[in-house]
Parts: sequence; C-alpha cells; structure tokens
Amino acid sequence: VLNVDLQTDATLQVDISDALSERDKVKFTVHTKSTLPNFKQNEFSVVRQHEEFIWLHDSFVENEEYAGYIIPPAPPRPDFDASREKLQKLGEGEGSMTKEEFTKMKQELEAEYLAIFKKTVAMHEVFLCRVAAHPVLRKDLNFHVFLEYNQDLSVRGKNKREKMEDFFKNVVKSADGVLVAGVKDVDDFFEHEKTFLLEYHNRVKDASAKSDRMIRSHKSAADDINRIASTLYTLGTQDSTDVCKFFLKVSELFEKTRKIEARVAADEDLKLADLLKYYLRESQAAKDLLYRRGRALVDYENANKALDRARAKNKDVLQAETSQQVCCQKFEKISESAKQELIDFKTRRVAAFRKNLVELAELELKHAKGNLQLLQSCLGVLKGDT
Amino acid sequence: MNAYIAYKVSTRTTLPMFKNRTFSVWRRFSDFLGLYEKLSVKHSLNGCIIPPPPEKSIVGMTKVKVGKEDSSSADFVETRRAALERYLQRVVCHPSLLQDPDVREFLERDELPRAVGTHTLSGAGFLKMINRASDAVSKMTVKISDSDAWFDNKLQEVESEELQLRKLHAVVESLVNHRKELCGNTAVFAKSMAMLGNSEDNTALSRALSQLAEVEDKMETLHQEQAASDFFILAELLADYIRLLGAVRGCFEQRMKTWQRWQEAQSTLQKKREVEAKLLWANKPDKLQQAKEEITEWEGKVTQYERDFDRISVTVRKEFLRFEKEKSKDFKSQIVKYLESLLQSQQRLVKFWEAFLPEAKAIG
Repeated sequence: VLNVDLQTDATLQVDISDALSERDKVKFTVHTKSTLPNFKQNEFSVVRQHEEFIWLHDSFVENEEYAGYIIPPAPPRPDFDASREKLQKLGEGEGSMTKEEFTKMKQELEAEYLAIFKKTVAMHEVFLCRVAAHPVLRKDLNFHVFLEYNQDLSVRGKNKREKMEDFFKNVVKSADGVLVAGVKDVDDFFEHEKTFLLEYHNRVKDASAKSDRMIRSHKSAADDINRIASTLYTLGTQDSTDVCKFFLKVSELFEKTRKIEARVAADEDLKLADLLKYYLRESQAAKDLLYRRGRALVDYENANKALDRARAKNKDVLQAETSQQVCCQKFEKISESAKQELIDFKTRRVAAFRKNLVELAELELKHAKGNLQLLQSCLGVLKGDT
Repeated sequence: MNAYIAYKVSTRTTLPMFKNRTFSVWRRFSDFLGLYEKLSVKHSLNGCIIPPPPEKSIVGMTKVKVGKEDSSSADFVETRRAALERYLQRVVCHPSLLQDPDVREFLERDELPRAVGTHTLSGAGFLKMINRASDAVSKMTVKISDSDAWFDNKLQEVESEELQLRKLHAVVESLVNHRKELCGNTAVFAKSMAMLGNSEDNTALSRALSQLAEVEDKMETLHQEQAASDFFILAELLADYIRLLGAVRGCFEQRMKTWQRWQEAQSTLQKKREVEAKLLWANKPDKLQQAKEEITEWEGKVTQYERDFDRISVTVRKEFLRFEKEKSKDFKSQIVKYLESLLQSQQRLVKFWEAFLPEAKAIG
C-alpha cells in the first residue's frame, strides 16, 4: 500500500476499514478515532462514495482561506471497466477452453479485480490521512461533516453545465498560469520552486506513463508463462513415458515461477508506478498553490497601481488603501504558508521515495531469489533423472 | 546477378567413407531443399521418417517479429542458419540416411549442381501433399490386424501431440513478442527515470533515481537475451517437432497406402479367378490360357505387396521408436538448456538489485 509517511497522532486517526464493490459504485466505510471535543463520540464510522470525496476536495480548493496550502490531491475515480470487460470476455469464451483453463483464468482475473479494488481503497484512504495530518485542514468543518454525518451527503456528481464551467475555469487558469509564470519572482525561493516544479511535474508525468506500459508488458509475459504451464501439463498427462513425466515437472515449475513473475509486476506497480502517479498529482497540487500565490501577487501589484492612481487624482484614496492592504495581507499570508508547504512537500517526497524504492529493491531481490531457488531445485531433479 | 546467402557446412568425422577427417563446403538454401527432395524420393516409400527442412518463408511460419522482414536481416539469417544446422544434424543422426550417397555428396563435394524445382517441393509443399493424402486415407477406418492396434494408437498419439505442440508454440511466440515489448518499454522507462533523477533537487534521491535508471537499462539487456532464449531454444524446438510430427504422419500414411495396394491386388486376383471359373464353363481355351497367365501374374503381385507391407510395417515401427527416443532426448536437453538460461537471468537480477539497495537506503 502506498505510504506517504505522514505524521499521525491520537487526536485524529482516519482509515477506511471496509469497502464494498457494487455494480457501478464502491462504498467506503470511513472509520474515525478521535479525542477532539468537536465529535459526539470517540469512535465512529460512516459510509461514503467517491463523489463525496471529490466534493470534500473541491470544497478545499474553492475555499479562499486555504489558498496558501497544497490541497491533498483527490483520489482517482474507481475504474473497474477494463477488469469487468475481461471477466465478461472470459465468460463468453468459456466454451472454447478446458474446465481447468477456465477456472485458472477466472481466478487470475478475480485476483486482478481484487488488486484494483485494494488500490482504490488505498488511494481514498491516503487522501483522508493527508487531510487529517494537515494542521489546518484537519479542523475544516466540511471534513468533520464528511467524517461524522451518517447520512448521504447528497452531493450529486457535477452535471453537464457544471463540468463545462470547470473546463473553462481550467482553460483560464492555464492561460493565466502562463502569464503568471512569466513574471519573475522577487523571492529566490519561489522562483526556484516554480522552475523546479514545472520541470519535475512534466518528468514525473512521463515516467508514470512509461512505468505503466512497462508493467503491462511484464504482466502479459507472466500470463503467457501461465498458458505455457497449462499446455505442458496437458502434454504431460497424455502418457506415462519419462518425457511426459519431464513435462509435468517443468509445468509445475512454470506454475510457480509465473506466480512470482506476476507478483514482481504487481509490486512494481505498487511501489513504483503508484508512487509516480501520486507525485504526479501532488506536484500538480503544488503548482496550483504557486499559481494561487502568483494570482495574489498580481492582484497586490494591481492594487498598488490603483492606489498610486487614486493618490494622484486624490479620489477614493481610502477605498484604494483598504483594497491594497487586503491584497497585501492575502499575498503575505499565502507566501508564508506556501513556503512551509513546499518545504514539507519536499520532505514528504524524499521520505516516500526512499521508503518505496527500498521496499521495491527488497521485494525484487526476494522474488529473484525465490525464482532462483525454484529453478535450481527443479534443474537438480531433472538432471538427476536423465 | 542474383545475390544469395551461402552457409558454411563444416564436418568433422572419423568415418572411413569420407575422403578427409575435417572439411567444409558452401551451400545455399535451395541446396538443402534439394537434398530433402532427393532423400524423400528414395526413402519415404520405405517408411523412413525423413527430417523436414526449415520453412522457405519465415513470415508464413512464425508470428515472431524476426527483425526486419527481409531475408538479409541478421536475425532472419541467424534463425535460418540455426534451423539448417539442426536439420542436417537430424539427417546425419539417422543411420540409414547417413549411408545415402546424396548425403555424403552434400557434405563433401565442392560444387553441387543447382537443385531445380525446389520452389515447388519445399518442406511446406511436401507437408501439404501428405495432408491431402492423409485426408483420403483416414476416410478408411478399417482395422487391418491385431498388431495394427499399435499403429492406430501411435497415430492418434502423434495427432494429439501435434495439436498440443502447435498450441504451445503459439503461446511461446506470444511470450517472445511480449518480452521484446517489455524490453523496449523498459529502455524507454529507464530514460524517463534518468530525466526525473536529473530534475530532482534532493541530491541523494537524485543519485538513487539515476542508479535506478541504470538498473532498468541492465534489465533491458536481460529481457532481450531472455527473448532470444525463448525463441531460439524453445520456440524453434517446437517448430521443428511440429514439422517432424507431420513427417511421422506421412510415414504412417505411406504404410496405409502399401496395405491398400496389397488389398486391391487381392481383390483383383479374386476377380481374375472368377473370370477363369466362368471361362472353364464356357470352354474357350485361348482366353482361358490368358486368364491363367494373369492369375499367375497377380498371385506374384499379391505375394510381393504383402512382403512390402510387412517390410514397411517393420520399418515404420523401428523408425517410430527411434524417433521417440530422439524426441525425448531432444526435449529434455533443450528444456534443461532453457531453464539454465532462466537461472542465469535470475542470478544477474539478484546482483543488480543487491547493488541498488544500498543506494536506495542512502536517500535522505
């Protein structure tokens, strides 16, 4: 499970204790343990769906108070389409394969479905844990409602018009983003962060896509070894000659090695691909923070210019002064918290990469040694027989 | 001027029938096909299992992307070279075929006259002929004698084995293709990791990511070598035996044809006897004489065809048992070789990751 090395404490602990996959939706049981006085009980659970997580995330993004924080990225939508399609295809092709082959493939696909399921649970959980670990966000009222209110939050998914509005907002934002990014920052720290994040985000995106492709090929190869094992088994059972016995032993070996290969692909997926995907989303959230700060800076500079003009004309000076002060405070507040957020982001990132890369290496070693042992013992037996 | 590829065939021998102990000749692909044709013409009627040569068209036979699809690509030439080598080794392992002067000439003679008509009778062409013949014969579901149960069973085994080998071959080819795909995707991923490492501003993490990129690069080489093993050791073994089993079926069909010929001769003889009987009653002395001569002729044929059938049955049986032994040895040795290549891959993997682990732990 992806671990982003978060500080948790006893005052607020959140996890997803259970999940149920229904036809077209997943129901997550969000379990909270807290000593905070805001909650009626110390321990309680509610059932939430994906749309409610999105509602919570969007409420953070839209809240001006949180403009100076990296908003924990929203979990991706649970997507079982590919897996369902495969299971369906298997059902259709049932007549064209032996009972053993069918049972085997069905088990494989069910395991795949389960893995996707576990992943989506993990990603929704990480989101909640990030919020719970954040000193300010954990106090958010919507968050508490999300955790405690045991009825449906009735947040329907966005309708077509709202989705269009979002789309245009993003277009404006990216156009804006270009504008804002063009303005060189007085502050070296932020100037460096801007350059760094732009490049880092793009490269993480690239690495993420490529890791997915690599892992898919790996899974395909493991599937082929599975089918080889089955066919060798069929060949081995045709007779009891010693070449048939040979086939049976080799078939057994391939059965075991392909399980290991499948695990290798799955571990690469969890420790590498998921890690990259997560930092793709987090680096985007960090960029969004920089954008908001950039916007605040532009507003501040415009307010300064307006104040100068007002003083020059000696008209609405007080109004301009107030406006300028508000912009200044907003900008400074965002800058201060943004600096800390970006430093924390780096710390978290380094820790997460370290943990996952170490675990990846340890698992790869474990699996390679496992394969090695299987091959050595099988070869010992086969060579001994001839 | 036609450019063609010539293969060097080198022999090392202590057999007295050869002029020298070591010698080499240059042969082109059509020469190998020509040899097969000559051997088929001479020996297949005896029930000999003639090893078939590799397919003429690589594209037709395999779904594996063997480099560029032109006959000059290095992959294509190597695949063919290896296949021709296995083909010749099977021929010279066969005790009767080795004695054939055409084989000796193929190995020894400096200049071989160009084989003509080999475009019509490549391995695939011959197999097509066999398949058509076997369709006709399999329509007769007669049991010849008690010992025939053995032949029936063996033919069934061969057919079912061929089916499974075809299935296995298709899956192994799929594996080769996926491994090649994995190889390419790993290389691309390694580059993107290197780029990510470059832009990472934490020094230790940046270093570790670069090291990871190097590990992935090494994995790419590993996958490539593994794909080559999958193909040259496993896939080609299966392809060879699919062709060989076709040749074995051909032998069994040949025996059936011989039996058919004997049966037809017996029924012809019977008819001749009936004619004679009728003529005896009709009292036609000249025609009667002719009839008696024909009867003698056909009695001779019946005896000869019966002997032919007995002889071919013995040969086919002997050939089949020899084939089974060879097949068993071949599969065992090739599969062991394949597993050893897998073992080496895993050993190298262990080394790569053992080297990387301290780098990962050094982050932070």
